[in-house]
Amino acid sequence: MELIFEISKPGRSAADVSRSDVPVVNVDDVIGKKYLRDELDLPEVAEVDLVRHYTNLSRRNFGVDLGFYPLGSCTMKYNPKLNENAAVLPGFTGLHPEAPDEFAQGSLELMFDMQRLLSGIFGMAEFTLQPAAGAHGELTGVMMIKKYFEKKGEKRRLILIPDAAHGTNPASGALCGFETVTLRSNAEGGVDLEHLESLMTEDVAALMLTNPNTLGLFERNIEKVAAIIHGKGGLLYGDGANANAFLGKTRPGDLGFDVIQLNLHKTFSTPHGCGGPGSGPVGVSAGLVDYLPVPRIIKNDSTYNWSSDFPDTIGRVRAFYGNFNVIVKAYTYIRSLGAEGLTRATEMAVLNANYIKERLKPYFDLPFDRVCMHECVFSGNRQVAENGVHTSDIAKRLIDFGYHPPTIYFPLIVHEAIMIEPTETESKETLDIFCDAMIAIAAEAGENPQRVKDAPLSTPVSRLDEVLAARKPDVCWKRS
Amino acid sequence: MDYCPHTPDDITQMQAAVGVNSLEELFADIPQKFRLKQMPDMPASLSEQETLGLMQALSGKNKTPCATLTGAGAYAHFIPAVVGHLVGRAEFYTAYTPYQAEISQGILQAIYEYQTMIARLTGMEVANASMYDGASAMAEAAVLCAKMSNRTRIVVARSVHPQYRQVLQTYSWANGYAVTEIPYAPSGQLDSTALAAVLDDSVAAVIVQSPNFFGCIEDITTVADAAHKCGALLIAGFTDGTSLGILKPAGACGADFVAGEGQSFGNPLNYGGPYLGIFAAREKYLRRIPGRLAGATVDKNGKRGFVLTLQTREQHIRREKATSNICSNEALCALAAGIYLAALGKNLRKLAAVNIYKAQYLKNKLLRLTGWQDVFSTPVYNEFSLRCPDARKVNEKLQNAGMTGAYDLRKDYPELENTLLFCATEVLSKNDMDRVVEIIK
Amino acid sequence: MSKSNPTDRLYSKDHEWVKDNGDGTALVGITDYAQEMLTDIVFVELPPIGKKVAQGEPVAVVESVKSVSDVYAPVGGEVVDVNKTLEDTPELLNRDAFNDGWIAKLKIADADELKSLLSAAAYDALIQEEKH
Repeated sequence: MELIFEISKPGRSAADVSRSDVPVVNVDDVIGKKYLRDELDLPEVAEVDLVRHYTNLSRRNFGVDLGFYPLGSCTMKYNPKLNENAAVLPGFTGLHPEAPDEFAQGSLELMFDMQRLLSGIFGMAEFTLQPAAGAHGELTGVMMIKKYFEKKGEKRRLILIPDAAHGTNPASGALCGFETVTLRSNAEGGVDLEHLESLMTEDVAALMLTNPNTLGLFERNIEKVAAIIHGKGGLLYGDGANANAFLGKTRPGDLGFDVIQLNLHKTFSTPHGCGGPGSGPVGVSAGLVDYLPVPRIIKNDSTYNWSSDFPDTIGRVRAFYGNFNVIVKAYTYIRSLGAEGLTRATEMAVLNANYIKERLKPYFDLPFDRVCMHECVFSGNRQVAENGVHTSDIAKRLIDFGYHPPTIYFPLIVHEAIMIEPTETESKETLDIFCDAMIAIAAEAGENPQRVKDAPLSTPVSRLDEVLAARKPDVCWKRS
Repeated sequence: MDYCPHTPDDITQMQAAVGVNSLEELFADIPQKFRLKQMPDMPASLSEQETLGLMQALSGKNKTPCATLTGAGAYAHFIPAVVGHLVGRAEFYTAYTPYQAEISQGILQAIYEYQTMIARLTGMEVANASMYDGASAMAEAAVLCAKMSNRTRIVVARSVHPQYRQVLQTYSWANGYAVTEIPYAPSGQLDSTALAAVLDDSVAAVIVQSPNFFGCIEDITTVADAAHKCGALLIAGFTDGTSLGILKPAGACGADFVAGEGQSFGNPLNYGGPYLGIFAAREKYLRRIPGRLAGATVDKNGKRGFVLTLQTREQHIRREKATSNICSNEALCALAAGIYLAALGKNLRKLAAVNIYKAQYLKNKLLRLTGWQDVFSTPVYNEFSLRCPDARKVNEKLQNAGMTGAYDLRKDYPELENTLLFCATEVLSKNDMDRVVEIIK
Repeated sequence: MSKSNPTDRLYSKDHEWVKDNGDGTALVGITDYAQEMLTDIVFVELPPIGKKVAQGEPVAVVESVKSVSDVYAPVGGEVVDVNKTLEDTPELLNRDAFNDGWIAKLKIADADELKSLLSAAAYDALIQEEKH
């Protein structure tokens, strides 16, 4: 497909600009030539060509609305259209963030209620909706941990992170000046308690734990883990990316977590948008409430107002209040599902993941053969040993069968990892057909491995040269 | 509402296949004492119709102003119809990050085109696929400069957006950097004498915004020269991207990084989010910059294609050595921005010119009111600051007339009493502006 | 198939090699086994001339598409030269890790440190063990 620049022609335009109803001024005089640009190099296309260009681009993309998307750790559940409609109600979209609070009572009530509902669902004292994504929420959470120890006058340098953790965890720790120490997993895929005990000192600020972990397994020893951390005055941070596994079944706050971040674009059904916008609310226990970012919403009787009068706040992590439009979608989802709907979502998500695990385990190595939660992790080791067919080959071949591949090569502690998270919005038929495809590919890997290694065979482009893209990066088009 | 397709029959069959007799058995790993019987304090579920009714009632509690006179980091611009229709395509909005390039050529090419347009607009050599917003983009640029140079001081003009400075303070505190603020001169631009006084080899970066928070256009070239002389880097920000349609970009003035807000490009006001962090840099920093990058390459048959490239900079590989932890960004907002820019094309300059005409008209009319004065002498784009007899009264009147008034600068600059920051874009009509003046009189 | 490990040099446990030039300087690089594990190398971050490193400290960074690895100095010293060809042609490290793909030349700080390194035979044994 041609680039938009390649279909450009001087003199064309799509969007027009209204004639000015106020007098034209001489911009050179008013502003001065030294502050003005010479040329403006943007595409010039007619609207029909613009629309065809992007519509055709969209047809070279794959979304949940097209097919099954079992990406582990991403919770690609169906994005309800009701949420989309609610979010574009003009009362919500047209309001400027600096509008007087009196104009924004609906939006303020929504955000306040969202904070309250999330606190109840997760067992935390209070939430902030400011962070724009999960990683942003992690950073915010780690900042609050840092502030907590600063106020106590304690200098703690370390953060413990399990070897199975998502890369944003150590990155967030490092960005707040902490040193990360890796915590080993035990043979069952949980925290190695002995190792934790040996690592936990008064120099450790926190343990960042994902529960269930990135293997889809619930931490059975969570009570002991929390006790070890709290016993030496540390804090327990929870990466809530896998919250879809426990809605209505348990609450991180009850389990002993002091800070958790959520991903509204995972658990709460807001669309992923090709990589954003998301939203990463952060919940805290009572002892950390003072450090939440500002401004915060104050409720007086039935009026809501923004206030920054919180002297111990960590400050701000972005301008304005949060990804409001995303929050509206998540709020709509929570209100429409209610307690029963959210609990059922978790039950069906876990049932679906276990179903897939049982159907596929005769054909792929299963590192941890126990009840999983909302996702299961296989290893492609058998196929590698047989004929040198790697997990990446299997993933590419799945594309030919009409699927977006599962997450591959994560978590790092499983060799040739394949992480499958079906979510609750998939029917038994969909799961069965997917498993049939995986089994067929496993057979192909044994009988006709080259076919798998050549995959994908049915896409607009075949395997792309990532090495070239990294050796000679071209991230900005230049006319030849 | 319930989006699970499972029938009771399905569940029975699946339970059997898994080897459990009840769903509760699947949660046996959760210690009994922590098992919930039900979610506390949750309202009952609602039908689709009831839910929409609820949301309509909530949005109905908002008051949609008939005109907005505030910019201050978020701008009311006209969004062409094509933008909503195109980003509303399910293949875009229900897709995930394009890690599997072969089935994501659509968004990867669109991002590559967006990166190209942003680089050209900002006068820089490379741009990433987006950051969270202008404020955090600016803070991340500062952190990067500090990490690259091993210097620990960030110098920022006080004329930079107050909330951007707050975010910078928070990120700097977290990393152990110091922030020094430089006052503005009576002209409204950054005070270069004050700047010269603090520049030394402890400074990693100097940050300036143009047009600045007061609406004044900064002399970026002079600031860049001063920064470079002491070995510091120059980060230039902006809050209304449409200004780039007509103003000289920071890239042509010596900036090393540009970190600004892209909301003006096709993204609604949405009460503050999601917005769009624009991040552009000189080519030599390409392997260090945060955020995703779409790169052009070829497939095994020599056909052009696109992939996410230089991912080794990112958190999922670099982990604790990453210079940023950003994962999800604002991809769909960037897509909207790309479509907006491609739709307007060179008309962006016309649009920017109209913004200037509108601002000049409103400014001149207001200046004819008794006791109203210009505060700064520097040229402006679509925002300007004026002193008036009673700022609070002005906004009260405007609010009672159903408008969002101007931004009261006293909030963030206590020395600027009774000084209002106005914004006039192409959506403000002559009638609106005449009415504003009548109301204030 | 890995190339065999040359006997004219010494090896570290982290898959670096060091070749004593006999004049107080030594060349440093990564082994053929290492480049095989890394797969296609896309970028090499060379150290600045004059940088002083202790034994075991990172002296360079090697990037492949899927990973980034530190190259640790097998002996301590001062960087007196770097292989600039690697800047434009990182694939040289894949093609010829032992010769043309050398990474840096160090002025050795303490020749005794060489004694703690492995011979080619010992390194061979290490790799065999790792493969199991």
